[in-house]
Amino acid sequence: MTATTQSEARPSSGTPPRPGRRAELSRWWNARSRPQQWGLLVPVAAIIYLLPVLNPPILTTEPATSFPIALFNAAVFALIAIGLNVVIGQAGLLDLGYVGFFAIGAYTAALLSSPDSELGVRFPWLVIVPIAMVVTMISGVILGTPTLRLRGDYLAIVTLGFGEIVRLLADNIDPLRGNRGFQDIARPGGTYSDGTPIFTQNDAQGFYWLAVTIVIIVLLFMGNLERSRVGRAWIAVREDEDAAELTGVPTYRFKIWAFAIGAAVGGLSGTLFAAQVGFVNNQRFDVTTSILYLAAVVLGGQGNKIGVVVGAFLVSYIPDRFQFEPEYRFLVFGLALIILMIFRPQGILGMRQHLLTYGRQAYQKLFGAGTGVAPTSLTPSSRPTGEPAEAVPDDRSGSRPQGGGE
Amino acid sequence: MTAPEEGLLEAVEQMAPEERAEHEAEVAEKVAADREISVSTGETLLAVQNLTVRFGGLTALDDVSFDVKRGEILGLIGPNGAGKTTCFNIVTGVYRPTEGDIRLEDQSLARMKRYKIIQAGVARTFQNIRLFGAMTALENVVVGTDARHRTSVPGALLRLPRHRREEREAVDKAMALLEFVGIADRAADKATSLPYGDQRRLEIARALATEPKLLCLDEPAAGFSAIEKDALSELILKIRDDGFTVVLVEHDMRVVLGVTDRLVVLDFGRKIADGVPDEVRRDPAVVSAYLGTAVEE
Repeated sequence: MTATTQSEARPSSGTPPRPGRRAELSRWWNARSRPQQWGLLVPVAAIIYLLPVLNPPILTTEPATSFPIALFNAAVFALIAIGLNVVIGQAGLLDLGYVGFFAIGAYTAALLSSPDSELGVRFPWLVIVPIAMVVTMISGVILGTPTLRLRGDYLAIVTLGFGEIVRLLADNIDPLRGNRGFQDIARPGGTYSDGTPIFTQNDAQGFYWLAVTIVIIVLLFMGNLERSRVGRAWIAVREDEDAAELTGVPTYRFKIWAFAIGAAVGGLSGTLFAAQVGFVNNQRFDVTTSILYLAAVVLGGQGNKIGVVVGAFLVSYIPDRFQFEPEYRFLVFGLALIILMIFRPQGILGMRQHLLTYGRQAYQKLFGAGTGVAPTSLTPSSRPTGEPAEAVPDDRSGSRPQGGGE
Repeated sequence: MTAPEEGLLEAVEQMAPEERAEHEAEVAEKVAADREISVSTGETLLAVQNLTVRFGGLTALDDVSFDVKRGEILGLIGPNGAGKTTCFNIVTGVYRPTEGDIRLEDQSLARMKRYKIIQAGVARTFQNIRLFGAMTALENVVVGTDARHRTSVPGALLRLPRHRREEREAVDKAMALLEFVGIADRAADKATSLPYGDQRRLEIARALATEPKLLCLDEPAAGFSAIEKDALSELILKIRDDGFTVVLVEHDMRVVLGVTDRLVVLDFGRKIADGVPDEVRRDPAVVSAYLGTAVEE
């Protein structure tokens, strides 16, 4: 979980990289050893866990919304953004129907535990979670298998359709109960020492802690994926799909994996949401919600999993924070989005760039210990193969002669 | 040989000539393909058999046949529009042949999936450089080594032993490759921030990382200065000496005549000559294709 802040725009966005304090910070961070990084991250995590208890006066959303509930919603939003980031940020597949997976997760939880369900079973929450993840994963594969042969805008349109199909199914299929919805969905068990249950609808503190824990675990797993063949395949597909395939990347298979993993995380967040609210009906799964998820990812920085968590927090938190002025809260929200996009088109944290499990060791072996991995700190030394250095002019201006075409 | 604080690059710089030669041999050893390859040179590696490609009414390749022998550097030349790059695109599966077949050893590549062709042992570079811009040079090369890896999502998610072994080997191999093509000092730089010539070298390193039996270089010297071209020729020879077979499409005759063992000449989609460079350059058909025919009085 290395929260690097590489100040690099995506090549497509056309913004020149702005080295500065951010790049310096990033270099400093990369030069820290793993234990040092953990030493700094643990207190940060502790503060995040303690937020609902501290209830800081400036941050709090009360009295309009209970602060723990606002935080819980933000954490669920963050989880969704992490899942969507795999699809959009890493693999570069524009998915506008992501809310569909969230809905499938929530409905799976409802069908398997609500007394209103025709299935007539009441599974505990911990059993529901893996089932819901598998169900959404399968639905991701079902959606991906025919559609991932499409590219770009076409894929976006098809996924938009998928999100709508899921919502309309919830509207129209009778066992899914449309607007009436499902009451009394299973919650995780557990009580405090004085016997009051940890997870209740009114006090979201327990749920917030659970959600943050899940976010951290998912982030660790995503980090593992990113620094592996899988993460590299995703970035390669995003950068140049044809070149990726001609370098031996099974692009189609890894795109399906991206969809499946993104879907599973979406399903997980759906069950978490359903458990806290305790009620699921067809009212929350419209296109606007999908667009908000997308906004969280773009705002935070596509391809940066820490960035999208920050982005999700803002997208969820700002409307809650300014709820005391109901007419203006979406104005504030919209303005915040516009201002951020003007000043940081690549997102709050921009893209991050660590795709090798042993990359740090490798770079250190090459350039000497104590060197940050950040490339700008390196000066080109003479070539180890003993060729004359002038053999390759240091043309950083980016003017490339075009090869004679055929 | 490496002091703890100093990097490999500095260490190599300070080496005595013999030490450095030894180090280079080590690097070449790491770069050479691990898999068991038949080293007997001269037998047919790739056979292009009666290849015809039509795009609508346009015949890009018309009944072209030639062989690539193991261990040679074959030059594929011809005037613009002769069908050289089309030939590469057929071999790597970008287009499918209308008629005819391409066989690598005894496998037909004509209907194989593209990434399977790479795994079967054909790698290529691109006429207009196509690197993964968001990745560092090292990461680009590691993507190439991934073609030989078997870890998928479960292995990576749980960091299983095979994944860790493959990652370690991949980084090692990719480092050696960068050193082999002469851009090790750029390992941590973004691919797009590399100078033009280094980007071409990086493409070659990425292609070699897939451990190909056959390496197809599509105009690797395009846009190079004379000095760069000489350095590139040296590199191509070094690649061949390391056990790879090379097919080279190139316009620059100095590079072509300097490195190739054999030439195949295409003109308007047809093969007009095939032989050792000295023969081919005197061939009347080749001369007329490049210079035009004298008008008879």
